[in-house]
Amino acid sequence: MPQPARSPDSLPVVTPARVIAGVCLILPFLAMLWVGSYSRIEPTLIGMPFFYWYQMVWVLVSTGLTMLAYTLIRRDRRARRGGEQ
Amino acid sequence: MNEGVNIVALAVFVFFFIAVTVMGFLAARWRRAANSDNLDEWGLGGRSFGTWITWFLLGGDLYTAYTFVAVPAAIYAAGAAGFFAVPYTILVYPLIFTFLPRLWSVSHKHGYVTTSDFVRGRFGSKGLSLAVALTGILATMPYIALQLVGIQAVLDVMGVGGGESTHWFVKDLPLLIAFGVLAAYTYSSGLRAPALIAFVKDTLIYIVIAVAIIYIPIKLGGFEAIFAKAGDAYSKTNPATGLPAGALVPGDTAQWGYATLALGSALALFMYPHSITATLSSRSREVIRRNTTILPLYSLMLGLLALLGFMAIAAGIKVKNGQLAIPQLFETMFPDWFAGVAFAAIGIGALVPAAIMSIAAANLFTRNIYKDFLKPDATPAQETKVSKIASLLVKVGALVFVLTMDKTVAINFQLLGGIWILQTFPALVGGLFTRWFHRWALIAGWAVGMIYGTVAAYGVASPTQKHFGGSSAVIPGIGEIGYIGLTAFVLNVLVVVVLTFAFRLAKAPDGLDETSPADYTADAGDPGVQQELPSPTGAH
Repeated sequence: MPQPARSPDSLPVVTPARVIAGVCLILPFLAMLWVGSYSRIEPTLIGMPFFYWYQMVWVLVSTGLTMLAYTLIRRDRRARRGGEQ
Repeated sequence: MNEGVNIVALAVFVFFFIAVTVMGFLAARWRRAANSDNLDEWGLGGRSFGTWITWFLLGGDLYTAYTFVAVPAAIYAAGAAGFFAVPYTILVYPLIFTFLPRLWSVSHKHGYVTTSDFVRGRFGSKGLSLAVALTGILATMPYIALQLVGIQAVLDVMGVGGGESTHWFVKDLPLLIAFGVLAAYTYSSGLRAPALIAFVKDTLIYIVIAVAIIYIPIKLGGFEAIFAKAGDAYSKTNPATGLPAGALVPGDTAQWGYATLALGSALALFMYPHSITATLSSRSREVIRRNTTILPLYSLMLGLLALLGFMAIAAGIKVKNGQLAIPQLFETMFPDWFAGVAFAAIGIGALVPAAIMSIAAANLFTRNIYKDFLKPDATPAQETKVSKIASLLVKVGALVFVLTMDKTVAINFQLLGGIWILQTFPALVGGLFTRWFHRWALIAGWAVGMIYGTVAAYGVASPTQKHFGGSSAVIPGIGEIGYIGLTAFVLNVLVVVVLTFAFRLAKAPDGLDETSPADYTADAGDPGVQQELPSPTGAH
């Protein structure tokens, strides 16, 4: 679709906010794919082996990390869009 | 089990089933447009669905028989290995966060409704678009089959499925009836039927989950007792293999399998036609990102449901077919009437996604195969007719999987679908970020991945069947057991990269790219961004 090209962003492509957001999104992969780091029984929590409750805790941790990434990216996006006008 | 028909549970189940069937047929009149004879109406509910209904539809992708029957059954049979579904759903959201907003933007700029549309527009290749469409339809079939297996498990436990000795037709008759009802109301009402029924489904499911994960552990003496009993059960040797039946945590040799299953499944989920349709219908790219911060809470529920597999062992449930473990647990633990409610939740929870999946696959067929290759000048009425018939054929294909494959390891159905659908990842997600890949290289990579994946899966034997007995095999070069889908995907990417270099050197003609870089970051309200996508078969 024809559309005038946007003026180049006033911010550099790599900003601290983007880097932190990227790290937030990559961390769950590192944590979950390194199975050896959590495949054990002890310590148990309310009778549940570590293996199970640790992964459930990661559901919450990854939710928090994604929220952080969302906030950072949204702010970054606003700054970029504001900078164009 | 199967000592007789559980009358009360069956009555409650039939009550709910009839109620949703009536709703399914009446749905055709819900918010009906003047002219219902076009694909927009049938396949996308007239696009009148707001955020809430979309959210319910998206929930339908996550809460299926996979969650309720297949995952706990895998835990019941093998222990820790089945828990990979939790890291799988954890990893899905960072992935969605990264690539789906770009797909949303480019689709709303150019009016793409399917992944095939995007691939054709980006790479200017009808062949690649056809490959993506065919893969989507094929991979959806075993996923629908998994839903049918879930329904069958419930019917079996209620005593209407017939034993092993019954004539096959009598045995499969209740399943065929359920299948017929599903097919009939999808045919007549389209996407409206599952959207309306999804409300009933989700309400039932939340009630059952809440009761199950509180009531059952209390009755069984807490998690300590549950895991102690499960640990004892897994340490006994399985007479068929001579190895321990399972483990509470994956051993050193099982860790590759665990990680590759989680990663492969996560990469695959949002390649499925039905998940893409649900996402693209959201209001803006912001909504997608906001949803990825809320949706992971589903994974917590999935984890708790998975633990039902351990509870089944602790409760002393002994079934030959693991899929029956959870329904049987419900029947043993709950009063009959509530068991009926739980069975209805599982049954309807399987029917809704089955309907959504078959509609998405049918839309893909009509838009990217029928319109593009067979009859470009089809009228809207013809398109709707073709879509309706295609939705039937997809379900018949699913039925073939159910009747021919080993149903005791239903999670394999989903994993088999994953092996195939994952092969469209390089074209789709690669295409969202770079135009460097050559279209011919993508087709070659896709073919290699499909062939390797299918052959490798064909070669996996299980104690109950010779072929397609599992989804994991030795990874060539690494020597560990891993998910075939991910191995095929890596091969696919390697072929794509190597051949892209070759084609670029040979100056092979590049397809026309109709998108521009700004299209991938456009948001609602930007110039040229369509608020509503056009009809799935309309001009673009």
